[in-house]
Amino acid sequence: MAVETAEATEAARQAMGGIGVSLARKEDARFIHGQGHYVDDVVLPGMLHMVIVRSPHAHARIKGIDSSAAMAIPGVIAVVTGELLAQHNLAWMPTLSGDTQAVLATDKVRFQGQEVACVIAETKYIAEDAAALVSVDYEPLQAITTPQQAIEPGAIVIRDEKEGQTDNKIYHWEAGDKDATDAAFARAAKVVSLETFYPRCHPAPLETCGCVADLDPVTGNATIYMTSQAPHAHRTLFAIVAGLPEEKIRIISPDLGGGFGNKVPIYPGYVVATAASLLIGRPVKWIEDRTDNLISTGFARDYYMDGSVAIDDSGKFIGLRVNLLSDNGAFFADAQPSKFKAGLFHIVTGSYDIPAAHIVADGAYTNKAPGGVAYRCSFRVTEASYFIERLVESAAVELGQDPVTTRLNNFIQPEAFPYQSASGFEYDSGDYPRAMKVALDMLGYDELRKEQAEKRAKGELMGIGVASFTEVVGAGKGKDYDIAGLRMFDSAELRVHPTGKAILKLGVKSQGQGHETTFAQIVAEELGIPASDVEVREGDTDNTPFGLGTYASRSTPVGGAATAMVSRKLRDKGKLIAAHLFEADVADIEFAKGKYTVKGSPDNVKTIQDIAFAAYTNLPEGLEAGLEGVTYYDPPNMTFPFGTYLVVVDIDKGTGQVKVRRMVAVDDCGVRINPMIVEGQIHGGLTEGFGIAFMELITFDDEGNCIGSNFMDYLIPTAWETPRFELGETVTPSPHHPIGAKGVGESATVGSPAAYVNAVIDALSHLGITNIDMPVTSDKVWAALRSKGVTE
Amino acid sequence: MFPAAFDYIAPGALDEVLSLLGQHGDDAKVLAGGQSLIPLLKLRFAAPVIVIDIGRVDGLEGIRRENGHVRIGARTRHRDVEGATDLRGTLDVLLDAAPLISDPLIRNMGTVGGSICHADPAGDWGAVMLAVGAEFVLKSAGGERVLPAAGFFQGPFTTGLQSNEVMTEIRIPVGTGKSGGTYLKLERKVGDFASVAAAVHIVLGGDGRVASAGIGLCAVGAHSIKATAAEAALVGQEPTDDVIAAAARLAGEAAEPKADIRGSAEYKRDVARVFVQRGLHTAVKRAQGAAA
Repeated sequence: MAVETAEATEAARQAMGGIGVSLARKEDARFIHGQGHYVDDVVLPGMLHMVIVRSPHAHARIKGIDSSAAMAIPGVIAVVTGELLAQHNLAWMPTLSGDTQAVLATDKVRFQGQEVACVIAETKYIAEDAAALVSVDYEPLQAITTPQQAIEPGAIVIRDEKEGQTDNKIYHWEAGDKDATDAAFARAAKVVSLETFYPRCHPAPLETCGCVADLDPVTGNATIYMTSQAPHAHRTLFAIVAGLPEEKIRIISPDLGGGFGNKVPIYPGYVVATAASLLIGRPVKWIEDRTDNLISTGFARDYYMDGSVAIDDSGKFIGLRVNLLSDNGAFFADAQPSKFKAGLFHIVTGSYDIPAAHIVADGAYTNKAPGGVAYRCSFRVTEASYFIERLVESAAVELGQDPVTTRLNNFIQPEAFPYQSASGFEYDSGDYPRAMKVALDMLGYDELRKEQAEKRAKGELMGIGVASFTEVVGAGKGKDYDIAGLRMFDSAELRVHPTGKAILKLGVKSQGQGHETTFAQIVAEELGIPASDVEVREGDTDNTPFGLGTYASRSTPVGGAATAMVSRKLRDKGKLIAAHLFEADVADIEFAKGKYTVKGSPDNVKTIQDIAFAAYTNLPEGLEAGLEGVTYYDPPNMTFPFGTYLVVVDIDKGTGQVKVRRMVAVDDCGVRINPMIVEGQIHGGLTEGFGIAFMELITFDDEGNCIGSNFMDYLIPTAWETPRFELGETVTPSPHHPIGAKGVGESATVGSPAAYVNAVIDALSHLGITNIDMPVTSDKVWAALRSKGVTE
Repeated sequence: MFPAAFDYIAPGALDEVLSLLGQHGDDAKVLAGGQSLIPLLKLRFAAPVIVIDIGRVDGLEGIRRENGHVRIGARTRHRDVEGATDLRGTLDVLLDAAPLISDPLIRNMGTVGGSICHADPAGDWGAVMLAVGAEFVLKSAGGERVLPAAGFFQGPFTTGLQSNEVMTEIRIPVGTGKSGGTYLKLERKVGDFASVAAAVHIVLGGDGRVASAGIGLCAVGAHSIKATAAEAALVGQEPTDDVIAAAARLAGEAAEPKADIRGSAEYKRDVARVFVQRGLHTAVKRAQGAAA
């Protein structure tokens, strides 16, 4: 009987699909059958096609544009140039970081691939043919391809059109306490330093960016189907940029084939397509090809980091100092909270109790594509986590310690939460030693260390990498965190219909994260409506409440909290209706798992479905009809997910090839709403981290030519080379989140690169090799081995 | 990623293909598996006036043994070589190379002859064919020529094939001695072109000495390279560790790599040496184990 009851309880739990149930993703049926509906699937009557003519030069003056040959091709409707846009005051647009960016170049081109003209034609083939005939007269200028060159005195000024801009510096920003940090270093027994470069990489979503702009000349309504991770914010910015009335703009972000931050910025293509539709009076479609996407849209990283940790004679970290130099490309277009010029890099003290820290960040313009904060990075937390975890590896080597010991000696202890960090964060919760222990046990760490010693004696190279990251995700609170002035709250609107089925509308926007399932599960948990009865809607600004969108792992911390809170609002209204139905005092109404009862009569039940029906049919006097509400949630703090990642590698001395043998990832993201989706997120992030660590690179030659402009040059890992992942978990709920959840979308991308690289360094450090910058390619490993006289 | 306009024709007979090639010359491109040509068209790196699809011509596919040769139809897909397991012990190097070509999707479509004629310096088959001493059958409206692999590869994407010719067959001589071979490839990821690769094929005489040796290098020069000095250093020798190491050093010296995103010239040259050394050890072991 007891067994049957347990089985029945579990069956009920699965049927409800609340928190903790690995519900199959509702959206997957259409995705895996090829029935998703993406921007490029949008076909409208009379739709035209736009192709962008891009600069072959990294830096050149434009002396003239001749589009007559292109216009002569039958089917070409228009060739839009910067000059034409300037007549409508649209040649330049504001960026999310308060800079300006050329929509179409007028005076100069400032990076290879910059948008110079747009051809609009009846078909995409005609547009491509015509684009090849647009003749641009360039006078090449010297290209600046590194921030070090950019800030040299006398360097050619890239942004000479900006009033008052006399050099290539963008910003100088500091965090932490310089004096306290200097004092810590003054009394240090040991100082360990690391200089490293986190190279430029690219989110490279499967679906590139694009839009279909449809400006109705009759109504003046602008409907823009757009690959947008933040449709509401984009609508507001469109209103500001294009001067269109906001109520007339409807942005629809349909299914997205990945985003990873690439679909947060506003790109010139969106603006030109919209302007063209307005001027021509027909819908205009613009879809990037792969090269367009890789060479011109939001890249990531390109961050030079140089810092030190001060260590006292007991091996405790007492101070941390980091200097940053960031390559932001030709326009400062980072999408990040506007008060934080280096994003949230100042989380760099990571999982360690370091009482003093000081961070100095400088940004520079170069003749490279703009961007800088994209690719699953939580606003440069990726760079911060990489730096501290690599530096701790260096410290362990210098101290002659096992890197696990160095970490355990310096972790913030579980009882220290909430923890005030030296750089200004209040960590909500954590138990770092526990996650470490689970990971070590899963890996069989001690045995592998023995194997490593035996192999080393035979001259074989094997390494074990450790990384214990802490992330900061879930912006706002709105008072401190905004993008272009818009506070980083988020929203949820929930309507329960008379039959008890619900629609949940959100201000965030899934790009594949499984929102349609996860957020329905929160409603199921809070209201007791089965997740299968909750339809989740996102991405249409006309039909969802205003929100800041999905990036920086913020959907669950903010949108998820909003969903819980609006569900509770409805639950409370339900109590009023239940009291009416029961003819009882509202104070005596109890609610659990979708069932209302009167205190003391547990068998007399009104379900949430009964209440929903009554909300439209049988209401108490004076109560508004309906069961619906909206919540705008401004989080009191960020959430701080963490974890320990362990990697085992074997290295081929003859070729320098690194083979990842094991990868154990223990994540703590607080309460897991759908554990399967969480694991999927972690798998994706570990794969991307693997790619970043070993192969992904956007680089440039001295003339500023982009090397990495297609998938033959920009390498992303496939199932063939990706290691098998072994996942573990601990659960330390967030104390301030309504359901105890933390963001997890980026943990693995943030935490894993250092684990992979530390494994390589661990295999080589006995030879005196202390750093190899990513991507750790076989030729770099070979060169490092050669420099130490190791060969086959 | 939209190609410029071109005419497309898919003749049913080889004669028609040859006549069209004679007529259009350099303005025509032959389409076999399309795994190189289609990307070139889409990137507009190639803009032929006419594309001649040989997919409907009979008699260009298949692997068979005949008159002391293994004969491979030029349009034979990579995956068919991968599956020709009866070549094990005779032409190990082919069987080892085939599964390392790009990815399964490309191996399902791409053809051996197409890859050889495309002559990408980082194409895998060139080095393999040099190692096994293959001959290529080339047909034109005017007749047939047979060219040895040695000398066929002249530069990046440049071969002895004339614009009015089409390759119809690859012939590989197979003797009666004990042979062994292998292919080693360094790639940055699955589907990538080789950073460096080496093809090795040896035949041992009854005395255990090397009767013949073939070594082809891939992606370390303007075209696939035959490491002739290294081959010569093996012939007539007992394949000892020292002899193999010396031959591998000569093979490394035969490489003419250029530094690029895949690594320095020094790196590639050394990997070529390492691969030839490893490859020769495997080849010898296989030959010694093989039945005569």
